[in-house]
Amino acid sequence: MSFHPNDIARRTRITSVGLAVGFVLLLSAFFRAQVLQSESYQRQSEENRLREIPLPAPRGIIYDRKGQIIAENLPAYSVSITAPSLDSLRHSLSQLQQTLQLSDYDINAAIRRYNRAPTRPTVVLADASIDVVSVLEEHRIDYPRLIIQSVPKRFYPEGSIVASFVGYTGEISEKELNLEEFAGYKPGQTIGKGGLEKQYESVLRGQEGQRFDEVDARGRPVTGAGPRPDKDPVGAPSMKTNIDLDLQKYAAAIFTDSLQFSGGLIAIDPKTGGVLTLYSHPSFDSNRFTGGIPAAYWKELQEDPRRPLFNKVIQGTYPPASTWKLATAAMGLELGLVQMNQRMPLPCTGGFQYGRRYFRCWKTTGHGSLTLAGAVTHSCNVYFYQLGLKIGLSKLVGGGIDMGFDTRSGIDLPNEYRPRFPTRDVREYFNRRFGANWSNAETLSMAIGQGPNSQTLANLTKFYTALANEGVASTPEVVSKKPEQKKIMNLTKEQYAGLRLAMAGVTTAGGTAASANIQGLVIAGKTGTAQNPPNKDHAWFIGFAPAEDPKIVVGVFLEYGEHGYFAARVASKIIGRYLGFTGEATVNLEGQ
Amino acid sequence: MRRIVADYPLVITALLLSAFGIAMVYSAGQTDTPTAVARVYKSQLMWLFFGMAGAYGISRSSVRFIEWVTVPAYVLSILLLAATLVIGAGAGTAASTKSWLAIGGVRIGQPSELAKLTVVLMLAHLLASRKDAPKSLLDLWQPAIIVLIPFIIIMLQPDLGTAIVFIGIFFGMLYWSGVPWPLLMLLGSPVVSLILSFSTGMWGAWFLVLLALILYYRPYLVEGIILLAANIATGVVAPILWEKLAPYQQNRLKVFLDPSADPRASGYHVIQSKIAIGSGGVTGQGFTLGTQKRLAFLPEQHTDFIFAVLGEELGFLGVTVALTLFLVLFLRITQISGRANDSFSSLVAFGLLASWFVHVLVNVGMTLNLMPITGIPLPFFSYGGSFMLACWLAVGVLMRISGEGRGKAAFKAS
Repeated sequence: MSFHPNDIARRTRITSVGLAVGFVLLLSAFFRAQVLQSESYQRQSEENRLREIPLPAPRGIIYDRKGQIIAENLPAYSVSITAPSLDSLRHSLSQLQQTLQLSDYDINAAIRRYNRAPTRPTVVLADASIDVVSVLEEHRIDYPRLIIQSVPKRFYPEGSIVASFVGYTGEISEKELNLEEFAGYKPGQTIGKGGLEKQYESVLRGQEGQRFDEVDARGRPVTGAGPRPDKDPVGAPSMKTNIDLDLQKYAAAIFTDSLQFSGGLIAIDPKTGGVLTLYSHPSFDSNRFTGGIPAAYWKELQEDPRRPLFNKVIQGTYPPASTWKLATAAMGLELGLVQMNQRMPLPCTGGFQYGRRYFRCWKTTGHGSLTLAGAVTHSCNVYFYQLGLKIGLSKLVGGGIDMGFDTRSGIDLPNEYRPRFPTRDVREYFNRRFGANWSNAETLSMAIGQGPNSQTLANLTKFYTALANEGVASTPEVVSKKPEQKKIMNLTKEQYAGLRLAMAGVTTAGGTAASANIQGLVIAGKTGTAQNPPNKDHAWFIGFAPAEDPKIVVGVFLEYGEHGYFAARVASKIIGRYLGFTGEATVNLEGQ
Repeated sequence: MRRIVADYPLVITALLLSAFGIAMVYSAGQTDTPTAVARVYKSQLMWLFFGMAGAYGISRSSVRFIEWVTVPAYVLSILLLAATLVIGAGAGTAASTKSWLAIGGVRIGQPSELAKLTVVLMLAHLLASRKDAPKSLLDLWQPAIIVLIPFIIIMLQPDLGTAIVFIGIFFGMLYWSGVPWPLLMLLGSPVVSLILSFSTGMWGAWFLVLLALILYYRPYLVEGIILLAANIATGVVAPILWEKLAPYQQNRLKVFLDPSADPRASGYHVIQSKIAIGSGGVTGQGFTLGTQKRLAFLPEQHTDFIFAVLGEELGFLGVTVALTLFLVLFLRITQISGRANDSFSSLVAFGLLASWFVHVLVNVGMTLNLMPITGIPLPFFSYGGSFMLACWLAVGVLMRISGEGRGKAAFKAS
């Protein structure tokens, strides 16, 4: 042993220094963790024990023009579970099974929600009934991780009546979460999925709040407030629309009660473009979409051949047929090729020979010789064939483009379809479409609204606002705002008046929609029958009233409606209701 | 027997550490969902009193008596250790190991705690009896056997952490007995080889360093060959040893390198421990108020991770106070070793110091992931009756040694 005092002293010194160095090293590691990085660890500690419970904000209430409620929020109860792992969630769900009747669909939906956002409470029932909630409250102690929350639930008092324009809400999907448009959204949040709810999502959304619950390592809530205060949700401001809810209800009632047709209807204030009514039939119940569409209902909607989810007003595009004759007439007048009282060289004998083809008029016995006014009133094809030839194909197409027939109406609703219409380079367009062998007979088709021309009801009705409003077309707007208007034709006052008078003839004795007449009110309008071989023809009517100072433009489209006058009668009822003419007869579908 | 003056710095520091430790054990029991841990501070207090009584008793005996019981005590502890292999039970973080002796299902203690003490005594006895410090590797076979027997039994339990303590004691006491540095390094080389063998490049580099060391120190030829053979052997068997490790031990080592590798299981402990300590900040969240502990995020809060509770609730200031107390204690023991009356006493004191130093370094280091999780308790802090008793018996031994030792002068060479 070397225990010489000097050796001992040296080893004591070395040991002391070694201990001091170890002490300093250890302490410096604690200094780093507790002083330098403390903030990060404090945050992690809070993340450990504070569970953020989102508090959904109520969406903005949607009113009609008179302040009646279209969409509101009702208090509902959502039941959710916080789970540290998928296994734990499955376990909790199977425990819940003992108290609740959960379908496989509910369970799968909950598991999907968990996978999307494991840190947020997983919603099990988005809209639990008060019975379920009271049962759960009784068993509260058995389900420590259950969160029962009062949440605002979207409700549409008129349900399917307003669904065509208001749309619906739903949980944001994984796909949507990845879109730039939804940056800042979190899984599980509700968004507008269609109609106004989608179009004005940013306005209607509101600001989600948060509550912080303190939980232990097993996720069980404990008493004691966290250092972070709760943040209350902020509801979105309400939104006023141009919709006339009474008229909307009336329109829906006509379709549901007395028509067997599917179709669409839009009523616009021609001065402002304000949409008074927009209804597509058959409709769907937006309320059933809230908090997840029941699978059976979704299937039912998908399988209905009348396509309830397909909006006939802004998505259905059909040949405008005779309703387009007004565009041909307006172009002829504007180009000075025709006057209101001017007749065409050939009278109508039920048809028109062009080249080697014979083009029929719808009236096989012929209209005889008509003025432009008469041709509009009686919708004479032969007159418009000749007028079309006078204008020429490229001007017919160019004029149509100027009138907006190749663009969407611009209504403030999502997913509007684009009309089909030739491009300005007519030759190139028809070559591409029909090959080089197309003949000038296309001009005849175009002139009477046939050929490569398909329009939505919304866009066609927009064109009629110009006829009602001295050439100024108003973009249809569901939500009140500054009207967006554009002059699309330049006629004289007399010419506008002449066209209106001719259209007024449509709904009077001898016109194509004489049965749509209302005693004491002049309705100007135009019927159309879109050929739809091999099925039944579609029926159009677009009109406005009073003819001398139009306050409402109504477009009606009936799928397989066969005759324009069916549509005209629907329009006339809407007009009568809106303008306060209550004496009209019920819609009579038998004969003219 | 002569009456001695109590070593106040030693006793007071040990008392302060014990009081601090029991306060932390009490706090560790204060959780939102009460568990059995809420009551353990009482039994810890009881064991403290037993320990203090034992310490007093030892301080009234004599170092000679202690040396006289050394050999039987060592043999007894080895027998008890061996018994654990047959009838051992698990507990706590090491629930799968067999380190406890139980009679009729009641755990009565961990023989390894006793073995730490008896190995120190036995080594001191052996080294003190030699005229010179071991000068060659071959000289070391006796001390090596004294440590290897309990070491191997404990590795078989298996209890890696406690085994590490024995290595600490071994090297510490060899150093104190005057074994030269290079020899210690050569002795330790197979262990380094074992660790580095996981990377071929690193192992190759180590082998070159080793060759340089051997050339510098010039051991006997046989020794040199044995050394190289041992290094190559450990390098070769390392992967096989790794396979032999229990999965939880493999995980603990992997997690030491990267806690996020297994954040829900093995890594969980150390992640939560770091969060607890870091969130304590400078002044801590307040005694008994630590949320990581209170809400049960911190595992083993009254045993292995009691220092994390301290860090969370009393902050950097509390940590500084605790570590300073340990430093004061250790420096005091160093002094006691330095002025002990004889080489046996001196070596015993230094062996106890080495043992405690390894405990503190590994346990405290583990809470910040500076050391792998090994389940070594923190002296005077971690809950555990036999450990508290063992610590205080050691204090008693140190009191006696200090009392018999002389003022500031070192003793003469024996």
